[in-house]
Amino acid sequence: MPSILGTRVLRREDRGFLTSGAIYTADIEDSRLDGAVHATYVRSTMAHAGIEVDVSEAVTMPGVVAVFKASDLDGPKAIPGPVPVFPESMLNWPLLAGDRVRFVGEAVAVVLSEHPSQGEDAAEAVLVDYDPLPAVVDPEMALANEVLVHEDVGTNISVDFTDLGMATGYSDDDFFSDCEVVVSGRVAQPRTAAAPLEVRSAACAWEDGRVILWISNQAPHMTRGALTSLYGEQVAAGIRVLVGDVGGGFGAKIAPYPEEALLPWISSRLGRPVRWFESRTENMSAMGPGRGHIHRYTLGGTRDGDLTHYRLDVLVDGGAYARIGAFLPMFTLPMTVGVYDIPNVETTARSVVTNTAPLEAYRGAGRPEATLTIERAVDVFAAEIGIDPVEVRRRNYLPADVFPVTTSVGTEYDTGDYEASLDLALGAAGLDALRAEQRRRRDSGSPKQLGIGVATYVEMTAGPAPGGDEFGRVEITAEGKARVFSGSLSHGQSHRTTFSMIVADQLGISPDDVELIQGDTDLVEHGSGTMASKSTQLGGSAIHDAAGIVVSEARRLAADLLEAGVDDVVLDADTGRFHVVGSPAVDLSWADVAAAADEGALVAESKERRGCTYPFGTHLAVVEVDIETGQVRLDRLVSCDDAGVIINPMIVEGQRHGGIAQGVAQALFEEVSYDADGNPLTTNFADYGIVSMAELPSFELVPLETPTPCNPLGAKGIGESGAIGSTPAVQNAVADALSYMGVTHIDIPLTPQKVWAAIDSATS
Amino acid sequence: MQVSMTINGEVVSDDVEPRTLLVHFIRESASLTGTNIGCDSSSCGACTVHLAGEAVKSCTMLAVQADGLEVTTIEGLADGDVLHPMQQAFHECHALQCGYCTPGMVMAAVSLLDEVPNPTEAEVREGLEGNLCRCTGYHNIVAAVLQASGSGKGES
Repeated sequence: MPSILGTRVLRREDRGFLTSGAIYTADIEDSRLDGAVHATYVRSTMAHAGIEVDVSEAVTMPGVVAVFKASDLDGPKAIPGPVPVFPESMLNWPLLAGDRVRFVGEAVAVVLSEHPSQGEDAAEAVLVDYDPLPAVVDPEMALANEVLVHEDVGTNISVDFTDLGMATGYSDDDFFSDCEVVVSGRVAQPRTAAAPLEVRSAACAWEDGRVILWISNQAPHMTRGALTSLYGEQVAAGIRVLVGDVGGGFGAKIAPYPEEALLPWISSRLGRPVRWFESRTENMSAMGPGRGHIHRYTLGGTRDGDLTHYRLDVLVDGGAYARIGAFLPMFTLPMTVGVYDIPNVETTARSVVTNTAPLEAYRGAGRPEATLTIERAVDVFAAEIGIDPVEVRRRNYLPADVFPVTTSVGTEYDTGDYEASLDLALGAAGLDALRAEQRRRRDSGSPKQLGIGVATYVEMTAGPAPGGDEFGRVEITAEGKARVFSGSLSHGQSHRTTFSMIVADQLGISPDDVELIQGDTDLVEHGSGTMASKSTQLGGSAIHDAAGIVVSEARRLAADLLEAGVDDVVLDADTGRFHVVGSPAVDLSWADVAAAADEGALVAESKERRGCTYPFGTHLAVVEVDIETGQVRLDRLVSCDDAGVIINPMIVEGQRHGGIAQGVAQALFEEVSYDADGNPLTTNFADYGIVSMAELPSFELVPLETPTPCNPLGAKGIGESGAIGSTPAVQNAVADALSYMGVTHIDIPLTPQKVWAAIDSATS
Repeated sequence: MQVSMTINGEVVSDDVEPRTLLVHFIRESASLTGTNIGCDSSSCGACTVHLAGEAVKSCTMLAVQADGLEVTTIEGLADGDVLHPMQQAFHECHALQCGYCTPGMVMAAVSLLDEVPNPTEAEVREGLEGNLCRCTGYHNIVAAVLQASGSGKGES
């Protein structure tokens, strides 16, 4: 019987989700939460102001148990961002703002009420007296330091990556002097909302001196760590973080937020459990978005298309406090040159603070930003020299026979075949026919012009960061079934299915006989969580190795029972039974072996620490641009994505679909925006252009597998690839549609207004 | 005020504030949490249920407006252990990941096929435009609805 790996096993998660709905944090019924009060946060309506908070009326409102403001807090007062390189006042996000607010949506008080609706009413009765200050919203204006978000720091620059040695800095003005052709540009990559369908939600109770925190979160152990350092000795008995079903995260639910971190204090102070969930409006103004980069690039090379020199300057709009988003050039800079062999490269990168919501990670987290700029720059260069951008790419790819390869920025790519991905994508798309149709429309003066955009990306999964390893444990139950503990945390990624396939393959049992335990920091000792597309390659590999150790131990036990030498005992991968070589009639089940084992004998743990991998692919987008209105319609999206060895193609395709949709949405529709005073303009799904199914086609996926030697499964990450390749493909396609007018670049999102303005400017 | 309705065949009565939304009545008074809340602008459709046989976003109406009417939620769609063809198609086509949009999406899709039994892909995309999903890119949801329509099943 062939291995179950690589087959389209239907999801084991689905049934409950489809019949009764999953159990998200707001749905949890637990006796420890009986009698919980509900928390409602009062939020700043000004981007930058001194404040005084008056709760005297609110506390008298019906159902109100208490109202707290910053001066009431006698425990933790702020939660630090996850990367401690920033000045202290930028790093520490107040749990409740004291005398100063720094963005619209910042929490200034919390109402505790018997019912959520009473909390909403009372929150409106909390009087906040604002003493307005000038706000700085635009990150390029923040560089001028005319308005300081944190006065004590004396600058809005929160980190300079050249100072940290992570960017090279620029050498001299002669850097491009050998180049025959030099192009340059500015690539804006506006903030994009993660917008998980489930907003943030948490609940907290104390039990025997311990904090129990239920939370909608991607990384329970990191959250436990953050709260443990926050509360310290106040929770000497420890903190238990419980994560049930999570309605999407996309990077925005990794580190805990102030609203969540305050719950243990509230629960302790009131002696009652507490529940919190936010509204979508709160979510869109206070849960950090992603991206938020402005890049400036210069690309130089020869007139026949060799790329030789590249400079990239990265500016990050980190928002009011320095969260992970402000540090994501750590993933942008190593991917600066993408798939290309460009020998001379210089980089700079800075993050600034602004009076906007603190920036988080969002699907791709620094890598899509690098890809978008280099893939735009290559198209602009190709247009300048009048050579097909496909040919410029082909000419400059790192060739398949050089891997593993260390790029000119010092990043070591494991395996790759970029030209193969290009050829597969072009073949599936039918490039020649598309170009012919494009010519036909141009020649006929059609108002609906066709654009074809190509982007080849390489990305880095399980990137080198805190939590870069993952824990797995496999144990055999008395019934001969497997129980798997993972520090990874599925919030849609289908771990129960994928991980059970990995274990079933090793143990020769049915995936239905594999139980997965995740999201409980008591039951799972260690973990780093699900982000950076690392769940299968690290979490899956850890479980794979642990299962292998269990099999070895079981064979030893079976050898004793069968009175044979251990080397003569085999585990039949089809039946999951042990027997002596050549004597399959006498055999033992996993339950037989488990019965003979001492307690704890058939248990193994593994911690996967091996390196990150570099999946790649080529996306091709076909767009139709209405040159009379500026409306862009995506007609086709062809993607060829490598993810190394694939455990379950159905699940991998689902990850690609989701990523592609988000990447397309970033290119065409979605942008978190503020007015000049820092008032958010996109606080709900009516204002924010969140993509719907009416705006998308079905996607055309082409498979490609180049196994990695970096882990025992040969697997690379796939969760973010879709969002990395599709955005530049679509942006390149729109520029391609309008190239005959002389348009070379339009910033995303490519709204009808922007596209029409570019057409108008090019033709008038 | 007293509100009473039949949810998944069972009469549920409760004394609620007049401003109580139908979705809150379903989640709190009937303790049926399969119906999710995803936004506060009637944009996302996570709260879609059937009211008197038609799909409605249960956050757009007051509980009292459903007084005396029949409501079906995701919990009432399967026939015992047998999944509704739409639920089965969602499972077979991998049309759900995190699952948050799923109950509303399934209820909206069942209602769509009641009105348009054999839709084209474009009709599915137009018909379910008001239900947002952030995980699947909609690709497999569209495939599932088309597959379910091939089996000719609407709820009625």
